[in-house]
Amino acid sequence: MIIGALRTRSGNFSLALYAVLAFLAVAVPLLNLAVPETSAFHVSTYIVTLLGKYLCYALLALALDLVWGYCGILSLGHGAFFALGGYAMGMHLMRLIGPRGVYGNPVLPDFMVFLNWTELPWYWHGFDNFLFAMLVIIVAPGLLAFVFGAFAFRSRVTGVYFSIITQALTFALMLAFFRNDMGFGGNNGMTDFKDIFGANIQSDAVRNAFFVTTVIALGVGYALCMAIVRSKLGKVLIAVRDAESRTRFLGYRVERYKLFVWVVSACLAGVAGALYVPQVGIINPSEFAPEASIEAVIWVAVGGRGTLVGPILGAVLVNGFKSWFTGFIPELWLFALGALFVLTTLLLPKGILGTFLQPVSARAASRAPGMARDEGVLASLPPRDGTRERLAKVDA
Amino acid sequence: MNVETPALLYLNNVTVSFDGFKALNALSLAIDHGEMRAIIGPNGAGKTTMMDVITGKTRADEGEAVFAGVHDLTILDEARIADLGIGRKFQRPTVFESHTVYDNLQLALKAPRGVFATLFAYISAVQKDEIEDLLETVHLADEKHTLAANLSHGQKQWLEIGMLLAQDPQLLLVDEPAAGMTDSETAKTARLLREINRTRTVVVVEHDMDFVRALDVKVTVLHEGAVIAEGPLDHVSNDERVIEVYLGR
Repeated sequence: MIIGALRTRSGNFSLALYAVLAFLAVAVPLLNLAVPETSAFHVSTYIVTLLGKYLCYALLALALDLVWGYCGILSLGHGAFFALGGYAMGMHLMRLIGPRGVYGNPVLPDFMVFLNWTELPWYWHGFDNFLFAMLVIIVAPGLLAFVFGAFAFRSRVTGVYFSIITQALTFALMLAFFRNDMGFGGNNGMTDFKDIFGANIQSDAVRNAFFVTTVIALGVGYALCMAIVRSKLGKVLIAVRDAESRTRFLGYRVERYKLFVWVVSACLAGVAGALYVPQVGIINPSEFAPEASIEAVIWVAVGGRGTLVGPILGAVLVNGFKSWFTGFIPELWLFALGALFVLTTLLLPKGILGTFLQPVSARAASRAPGMARDEGVLASLPPRDGTRERLAKVDA
Repeated sequence: MNVETPALLYLNNVTVSFDGFKALNALSLAIDHGEMRAIIGPNGAGKTTMMDVITGKTRADEGEAVFAGVHDLTILDEARIADLGIGRKFQRPTVFESHTVYDNLQLALKAPRGVFATLFAYISAVQKDEIEDLLETVHLADEKHTLAANLSHGQKQWLEIGMLLAQDPQLLLVDEPAAGMTDSETAKTARLLREINRTRTVVVVEHDMDFVRALDVKVTVLHEGAVIAEGPLDHVSNDERVIEVYLGR
């Protein structure tokens, strides 16, 4: 009965999500700060930070679902936007350290002093200003996405080719950020952050503040994505996903629609990365690693792409599982992740939420009379990056 | 570009080759305002390539393609050409399967196509009426909330014709509208196209001779990328080259 009620409308999932987020935003800080540590109800600061980290991943998964689930653009490099947002935040926190670094230089971060640099590189200027840093957190990933997307979509690079170049993009950035002379801390990245707004970044109060901020960012991000997918533009995105050239012949400039949603998604990923860095206390080039982006794709697939709530659920569940699993056999984690992906693809191709959400009419479709037989098979396939369209073309 | 032609669509010596194979070989064709033209020809005659050239999907290697006497179709992209008023129905019905019939028509409906205009778009009362009218025209009023994936093959064809009409084009290019239809659906489709032709110019590519006969219009026969005969169906079906192409070898 409960499942029946859940199936009725995706709107219920939105309500459920907002309710859960509101509950978390109130309950977690309360149970951490107000309930004494001796109590069974006390939530440790470790858990607060861990949950905050999961919710950052959830925001990244949401961003990825917007492009993959709704527009069929499979990005295997979304970690790049996440990491860029993270680096922008890291640079702000580094500048806030001021003269309290190991070398006591009032302007230069420790790693620059260590490399015998004498002045701050031009692209580090302004990062001592909070608002400037916030702006860069959104603009830097957005700009990269705009330039990359403008070229790729204009050249009509689609499907697996697009996925591969996103992978190359994040890999190239990883190699670049590993270099010491890039001025981003090389392979050590940035760490030892001291404070933000004058408060100790390690304190319980600040950790809870970051947690609540992450919850709010996720809620706002979700509302934004929901507004986009429910608008007429959202319908165009689904049209592009299912039949790109048809959409073009209707007069829509498909590349511009893709570019729009791609940039929005990159900005959201940047915000997720920026919230992630102060909570984990470090940003280094490993965030650009292709594996990180692929993991994000798996969260979305497990949760159910094209549902927005699903990827949030997927990110939290998979990462919860990861924390538990790596607690005793960390070396086998990648195998477990791979198995999870294979099993999801085989048993729950629509993901956890997609399976519950599947409308009754769509399930009846596979039995509908009068439907061309070859189409039955194609229609039952989840739309994947225009695969169905290509199959249809081959058929024709 | 300004070509002295009264024709709505004017193709002159259009050649397209794929790896040396000439899909279109100096094809010339003129379609008048308000005309309905049937284009027939065996497989590989270049019918679909011709549609691709007209709609901007394929670039012509040589020749001219002019719309309404002023627009050079060989340099415009698909979206711009659609915007000028050329609508295309594909051979295989291509509708947006995860959208309802209503949403399919809403997406096709003539409206600003810009990203931000679309983001903030809402359906006006006038547009609602237009969609309802279209639903009636293509016999899908009862299916308006059905997902397009769940329509029968014939209904998908009609939905696509409805989407074409929603674009409010001057010229409709219709690729094998009767393919895979039952006899009664075929007859209904022929009536529908004739009705559409009252206000718009229509080019129909078709294999089914009974359907072409039912349309009762001027016929152009393509073979190996060029026109080999043109005229009433009875005339072209007695043409020796046409008989040779269709029956001989």
